[in-house]
Amino acid sequence: MLGYILRRVTGFFPVLFVIVSLSFFMMRLAPGGPFDQERALPEQVRANIEARYHLDEPLWRQYLRYLGDVAQGDLGPSFRYPDRSVNELLNLGFPVSLTLGLCALGVALTLGGTAGVLAGLRRNGLVDYLTMSFALGGVSVPNFVLGPILMLIFALGLGWLPVAGWGSWRHLILPSITLGTFYADYIARLTRAGMLEVIGQDFIRTARAKGLREATVVLRHALPGAILPVVTYLGPASAAVLTGSVVVETIFSIPGIGRYFVSSALNRDYTMVLGTGVFYSVLLLLFNLIVDVLYAYLDPRVQVR
Amino acid sequence: MRGRAASGPAPSQGTHGIPQSAIVSPELDAGRNPQWRGSGASPWHDALRRLRRNRLAMLGLLLLAGFVLAAVLAPWIAPFPYDRTNLRYGAKPPTRTHLLGTDELGRDLLTRILYGARISFAVGILATLVSLTIGVTYGSIAGSMGGRVDHLMMRVVDILYGLPFMFFVIILMVIFGRNILNLFIALGAVQWLTMARIVRGQVLSLRAREFVLSAQAIGASPTRLLVRHVLLNALGPIVVYATLTVPAVMLEEAFLSFLGLGVQPPMASWGSLASEGAAAMETYPWLILFPGLALTVTLLSLNFVGDGLRDALDPQVTSGR
Repeated sequence: MLGYILRRVTGFFPVLFVIVSLSFFMMRLAPGGPFDQERALPEQVRANIEARYHLDEPLWRQYLRYLGDVAQGDLGPSFRYPDRSVNELLNLGFPVSLTLGLCALGVALTLGGTAGVLAGLRRNGLVDYLTMSFALGGVSVPNFVLGPILMLIFALGLGWLPVAGWGSWRHLILPSITLGTFYADYIARLTRAGMLEVIGQDFIRTARAKGLREATVVLRHALPGAILPVVTYLGPASAAVLTGSVVVETIFSIPGIGRYFVSSALNRDYTMVLGTGVFYSVLLLLFNLIVDVLYAYLDPRVQVR
Repeated sequence: MRGRAASGPAPSQGTHGIPQSAIVSPELDAGRNPQWRGSGASPWHDALRRLRRNRLAMLGLLLLAGFVLAAVLAPWIAPFPYDRTNLRYGAKPPTRTHLLGTDELGRDLLTRILYGARISFAVGILATLVSLTIGVTYGSIAGSMGGRVDHLMMRVVDILYGLPFMFFVIILMVIFGRNILNLFIALGAVQWLTMARIVRGQVLSLRAREFVLSAQAIGASPTRLLVRHVLLNALGPIVVYATLTVPAVMLEEAFLSFLGLGVQPPMASWGSLASEGAAAMETYPWLILFPGLALTVTLLSLNFVGDGLRDALDPQVTSGR
């Protein structure tokens, strides 16, 4: 197992190298830079700025420099926030985004898992029909529509929760629901399908025949097998939660990485956009590895080689 | 329900003078799929009938047809020019002249939504075509080459799967400018992975089938083999997945436009309308409500149709991805 993990981690490096190189050159080939303004800067000011960010060097020197910096974990200075490095900004935003992401995944798993199990147990029953139509409906409501509508109802209308911002657990509720609902729907479908597959098998009949309580049969015997497809979905889901959080952070004015990313993309803050992209890629590669290891642990039939 | 005896009355269009049993194998999954009736003249006729029986899919198709028609006819049926502002009549709730109200600049919301539909559908369809082209080409190359090449190509897909795609789309949009053509290409360019996997799997399994081998033995050229014998038989899954790509792409376009990275004003898509609406929703809630509703109903219909098609064309695949 350790060997497997090590080999996977070594495999990350070529991938990251390609990502960094590609995005670096694409960024530099782009017309227009972050310092282009309506009024032309005085020659000297411009030269100074370019010297500071090493933009006056030939492209290959800049590239090598950037590669070296990234290898040491330094993502460079931000072009737009002159006194901040990209690392500082990521450090600031990441705990916020992580909290939001985990809460959203929690919402998705609880809601989706429960709905899926209930639907799978009573196939073609009322619960099944209701949850599955609800799931299909939920997949179709984009989070940037759901978010404002939830905000309108629960914050502006009823005044139960804060409208936007960050600070207390009450600020977390609406964004987590907004972000989590979409995945809850997929997870519900996956759990239902997994449940249907497992519930008809012999070992479930045996468990029932032993006289176990239905709750025990479902939770201890059926569920671990039924959620296996959900575990494989966690990799893509976490990627999507990260992306979705860009919108949700914008809607609810949450100071996470996603908001920095959007504002830096709009401002052509290249180092910031690049740095965020690299950071997210590392995060996702790691997360996919964790999911694979977890899968092997949950399903003994899977051999990691 | 096994065998030919189970077949219902054959539809009038279903007989071409060919014995049905010669085409539809009665054993084909009769036990696994209770919906299988095995009476059509071709698998396509059969699929069509299954689709017709799916009420949700038909409802979705009907709604979609309405939306598409409205989008195409927008310049003729829209009550106002889409960029006509009327500051004295700004941000009014729905009235009889402005059925869905007006925005802050006094533009008619119904008109804006109709024109937005053009952009949203255009992006959905064109980006899907881009992804279809890349995915089918990539998948068939990997599947036909096999061996090392296939392994390497699929490894690339695996790696790309693990990356945060919307970020690359955003980066592409930042670099190449936020115009609509780039939007099609960027969205299509990141949506082809699953298609490539599906096509590759189909090619691999069909390639080894007897009818392909016999065609090969007769001397069919590799291109003819691939297009005529392999891809044509893989059309079902390809169509199904393409249908499901359309709502995904439309959602992504809306998402980008919502962030201000997609369609630029004065053009409007449903995403940018929702974005404007979200900014003003405290005072003018209808501005987010109607574009959001239009988008939701469309995505829902597309999902209904996609699911219906999957059940109709690909009976082996269970729903719940």
